[in-house]
Amino acid sequence: MAAHTGGLTATVPETGTAAVRISGLVRAFGERRVLDGLDLSLRAGEFVAMLGRSGSGKSTLLRALAGLDHDAGGEGELSAPDHVSVVFQDARLLPWKRVLANVTLGLSGADAQERARTALAEVGLAGREDAWPVELSGGEQQRVSLARSLVREPQLLLADEPFGALDALTRARMHTLLARLYERHRPAVLLVTHDVDEAIALADRVVVLDGGHIAADLPVDLAAPRRPGTPEYAVLRERLLVRLGVEVPSG
Amino acid sequence: MNTHTTESTNATDTTGRRPALVRAAKDAPVSRTARRGLARRRLGPGLPIPYGRAIGPVLLLAIWSAGSATGLIDPRNLSAPWTVVTTAGDLIADGRLQSNVWTSAVRALSGLAYGVAAGLVLALIAGLSRLGEGLIDGPVQIKRSIPSLALIPLLILWFGIGESMKVITIALGALVPIYIHTHNALRTIDSRYVELAETLGLSRPRFLLHIVLPGALPGFLLGMRFAVTASWLALAVVEQVNATSGIGYMMGLARTYGQTDIIIVGLVVYGLLGLLSDGLVRLVERKALSWRRTLAD
Ligand SMILES: Nc1ncnc2c1ncn2[C@@H]1O[C@H](COP(=O)(O)OP(=O)(O)O)[C@@H](O)[C@H]1O
Ligand SMILES: [Mg+2]
Repeated sequence: MAAHTGGLTATVPETGTAAVRISGLVRAFGERRVLDGLDLSLRAGEFVAMLGRSGSGKSTLLRALAGLDHDAGGEGELSAPDHVSVVFQDARLLPWKRVLANVTLGLSGADAQERARTALAEVGLAGREDAWPVELSGGEQQRVSLARSLVREPQLLLADEPFGALDALTRARMHTLLARLYERHRPAVLLVTHDVDEAIALADRVVVLDGGHIAADLPVDLAAPRRPGTPEYAVLRERLLVRLGVEVPSG
Repeated sequence: MNTHTTESTNATDTTGRRPALVRAAKDAPVSRTARRGLARRRLGPGLPIPYGRAIGPVLLLAIWSAGSATGLIDPRNLSAPWTVVTTAGDLIADGRLQSNVWTSAVRALSGLAYGVAAGLVLALIAGLSRLGEGLIDGPVQIKRSIPSLALIPLLILWFGIGESMKVITIALGALVPIYIHTHNALRTIDSRYVELAETLGLSRPRFLLHIVLPGALPGFLLGMRFAVTASWLALAVVEQVNATSGIGYMMGLARTYGQTDIIIVGLVVYGLLGLLSDGLVRLVERKALSWRRTLAD
């Protein structure tokens, strides 16, 4: 485990299975406290989805976990694994590198190429190794980005609205793919999304970020497959929507 | 985590095994083209004209020819096109044109080479370190606001009127656009890629090699196109200054004897050299930046 620096106190995690442990985290831009005493833990291999209104600080939290928040002031305790991978909303592929080179970027070792090919095959892109990123569709680019994240065998996968820019059909496919990759690799996942159904479909636990801290923390104990339409699903969905401040028509 | 995994094999859409869909996608546009012809961009400038770019030059040439043939254009002001062609033939036959073009090309290319090398090194130092930027950026910006050609008197005092003065003047002209565009490209690397590099744990050398330098290449090549133009421009000027060979010298001599045909041959050669070198840079650009070809086309 490594604790990120920058006004933060390093915590040595107890021997346990916590992948992420955040307590009393504060992040402020100028006078504005975006995160204000936030506590959150993720067990190793746990899939947590985070909902929250736009501007509620979801990305700020993810950037803190990824060690990318050099420009934010703050305090609190935060520990994350050594191997963290990030999937951004934009696939963020280097346009001047072919697909395979994008996946091997930063990998070392003689088998880097082979591992990257395997990862690409896993996301269904075998045979596209030599394509340029501009030649891929949005969904395919995001799959390359997933392959780039997973080839590093992360203990923690951070995803910031990774499917937000995709059309509904592609998004549904990506959900299936992500679920399968998660089953195979079992990293802890913190998935930021604005889609309540996406959160319920994929996560073990859904948390709602509001007012700078975790305002709701609900387990998803629905029998598989989780189909919208069952009464349990509707209840959970409504509770989350209420937490997000959405008026739910009764009846 | 739920188990969508049972349907997971349906997720891949690259296998291409969806015959019904593929057929539908193929058929639809075909039948439409048959009916209406290719869709035309309603707000575009119109259909492309074959050899459209040649219209203007050909028209100019026609007016020039007509003017010369009817005697409206005095040959002492402007020789007839056919005279220019014959003169060019004579100059090639006695070897004067080739040797002068060669001298000029060597001058321009060595000035360009020195200028590009210096501009690139300065841009890398200024672009990759704060201290380097503090040291270099100011002086180059000052140099930028002084036309290179205005430095000629000083350069003559320092280096004499020989070849080195000419090459240095050209190099100074080429240095500025290379520096400006490369430095700008290095400084404006998308911060999203910097973030990516951080999350991937790239070392600084790898970050420079895989992200900064390739990201700055389009800027450098743009600077290269300006630098090539700048070096031909500087060449034309320095060759008016006490040259004893080169295209400019040939033209200067022709002016003394009132030979407008030779002057025009010189102008045409300058133009052709400029076009040729710009074409070369564009070719390199297309090869080196093939990753964005689908956007450019
Ligand atoms: N680098 C920054 N500088 C100043 N303010 C910022 C910066 N990053 C985020 N913020 C502010 O912090 C708040 C939370 O942003 P963000 O974490 O991106 O929200 P979310 O991802 O939940 O939509 C927003 O009001 C945003 O304007
Ligand atoms: Mg965000």
